[in-house]
Amino acid sequence: MSILIDRNSKVLVQGITGRQGGFHARLMMEYGTNVVGGVTPGKGGEWFDGKPVFDTMRAAVKTKYADVSLVTVPARFAADAIMEAADAGIKLVICLTEHIPVADMMRVLAFCRQRGTRLIGPNCPGVMTPGEAKVGIIPAMVALPGDVGVVSKSGTLTYEVGFAMKNRGIGNSTIVGIGGDPVIGTTFVDILEMFENDPDTKKVALLGEIGGSAEIAAADYIKTSMTKPVAAFIAGRSAPPGKRMGHAGAIVDGGEGSADEKIQALEAAGARVAANPEEIPDLLS
Amino acid sequence: MKLHEYQSKALFQEYGIPIPQGRVAETSREAGAIAAELGGTVVVKAQVHVGGRGKAGGVKVARDAAAAERHAQAILGMNIKGLTVEKVLIDEAADIQQEIYLAITNDRSAGQPLLMTSMQGGMDIEELNRTRPDAIIREHIDPILGLQPYQMTYIASAMRLPRAHWRSFLKILSGLYACYNKSDAELAEINPLVITGAGALLAVDGKVIIDDNALYRQPALTAQRDSSDEPESERLAREAGITYIKLEGQIGCMVNGAGLAMTTMDMTKLYGEAHGIGPANFLDIGGGATPEQVATALSIILSDANVKAVLFNIFGGITRCDEVARGILTAYNAVQPEVPMVIRLQGTNAAEGKKIISEAQLPHLISAETLTEAAQRAVAAVQESA
Repeated sequence: MSILIDRNSKVLVQGITGRQGGFHARLMMEYGTNVVGGVTPGKGGEWFDGKPVFDTMRAAVKTKYADVSLVTVPARFAADAIMEAADAGIKLVICLTEHIPVADMMRVLAFCRQRGTRLIGPNCPGVMTPGEAKVGIIPAMVALPGDVGVVSKSGTLTYEVGFAMKNRGIGNSTIVGIGGDPVIGTTFVDILEMFENDPDTKKVALLGEIGGSAEIAAADYIKTSMTKPVAAFIAGRSAPPGKRMGHAGAIVDGGEGSADEKIQALEAAGARVAANPEEIPDLLS
Repeated sequence: MKLHEYQSKALFQEYGIPIPQGRVAETSREAGAIAAELGGTVVVKAQVHVGGRGKAGGVKVARDAAAAERHAQAILGMNIKGLTVEKVLIDEAADIQQEIYLAITNDRSAGQPLLMTSMQGGMDIEELNRTRPDAIIREHIDPILGLQPYQMTYIASAMRLPRAHWRSFLKILSGLYACYNKSDAELAEINPLVITGAGALLAVDGKVIIDDNALYRQPALTAQRDSSDEPESERLAREAGITYIKLEGQIGCMVNGAGLAMTTMDMTKLYGEAHGIGPANFLDIGGGATPEQVATALSIILSDANVKAVLFNIFGGITRCDEVARGILTAYNAVQPEVPMVIRLQGTNAAEGKKIISEAQLPHLISAETLTEAAQRAVAAVQESA
């Protein structure tokens, strides 16, 4: 068991004929993900590793029933691709693309809410349920099946922590990268709630960073509604204020969003916060 | 991308928002000439991308052209929080009866634009939020529909703006929203918006920040970029497609991924802080970096004279560590670093990567297994160099 995706998820890849999209679609299929096809406007009728390519999401959804879409197209086209998926009836869209303008994301998010579509990302590594399926770019080698849910704003930091757990024999129910942009489709609280309700998740690791207040909201949720133990790490204690640290959302602005403020809130809520991400497995065992 | 005050106000004017008469000057002589042309009392204002310039002496009132020239002379070249003033704005002084705060920004948690306004203008919004949170009127804007007339009436009413000013205020609200929306701004702020003795509304100070990810479709605004306060090394990195931010410490960091890059900095601080040692930079080399990019990144890190050791922390997921190791050797040979380099490779093909590094038998190369060990070795290397 898991959240969001499992071995039965039927996945379409938007941008499957692109270099990145194709590369990761193959790795996803090797992992066992049920990729049913892909969409690239102008390439409908072609085939990709035995999977049909469609011009539009409408045609793809009509021909191949699918419940998840992975958006791998460049930033200028990604907002439109997410809306196309939502309009075609896809209920879970995972968007890897970085550098989508925030104004576009705010409109896309409103559109997804109207259509009842959940968006994960953008600017995220995707979702992986170890041993079952992965949708996105999380490397297969970083995780074993298990009972620790992971939710993170980051990519490689997540791999680092997943790998440290794996080396200690700790596995994961589902790993969710929610993305490092200021405006994202799914927040820490949304995922914590799913883990809290997932019978196969026993513990949770939360990997946050400076900027915004999503970790503060997560602390409130942990305090009021979570029964499962949470271990956390917040990146950016050494980051200077007013500077954007790589991720568009990682900026301490007007004194808001600092690592210390988030660490204090999480500790006050009963989460165990690591000063060093390599301590996370200790905090979970 | 931040716009200067004079650029922000010129943009406001394009959207029908009234601003004071004024022009920007780069020399005191020019400043005097503008003041003479405007006549009467003027304000000389430093144009730098930093808050608190008033307190730092970067804003002065001048009764005549000679005084304006004197003030400009003092302000131009002044150092405000590490930035040199290269331009001053000469504005006619406004007859201020009331100061209003007005801004539209992106509310990250709501995923919607947020309009904030207050009759307690003049001070910055963080201070206002701390001291008089009840004095701020907040209204979310539907990103698909935009700001609606009923919302504007609600705002004017809720803030208790005297009715005589409603018509001009509503025009400014809709102008500011159009400016925010069409410019892909993440912040469009007027502070203060002044009610003058004659009963007119005037945007006396302004600040606009444009979303960097939208610059590709904002050529006119992109052309206004002022890189003068951007360190040379950051500019070179930006042009090479590498995210680099210069910091004050001694350990240069080269990492793949922004979250891990921040974490690596944090680790050098965690183990080095007690000895006065910390990160020299943030650097995300990204996924699938070529040996050439690694070499460019390494030269940028080493261009900082404070750097006494370099820490490579690479988690190979899709990127393979053996490829990264070859990239590091190529970069090493191209740059010939003279400071110790701690290399930590983890993930896909890590063993092969480590073998390549150790077989190269290069001086200054130190290998580490874990992130903790890597950070501790980098701190030790800096201590040894002292």
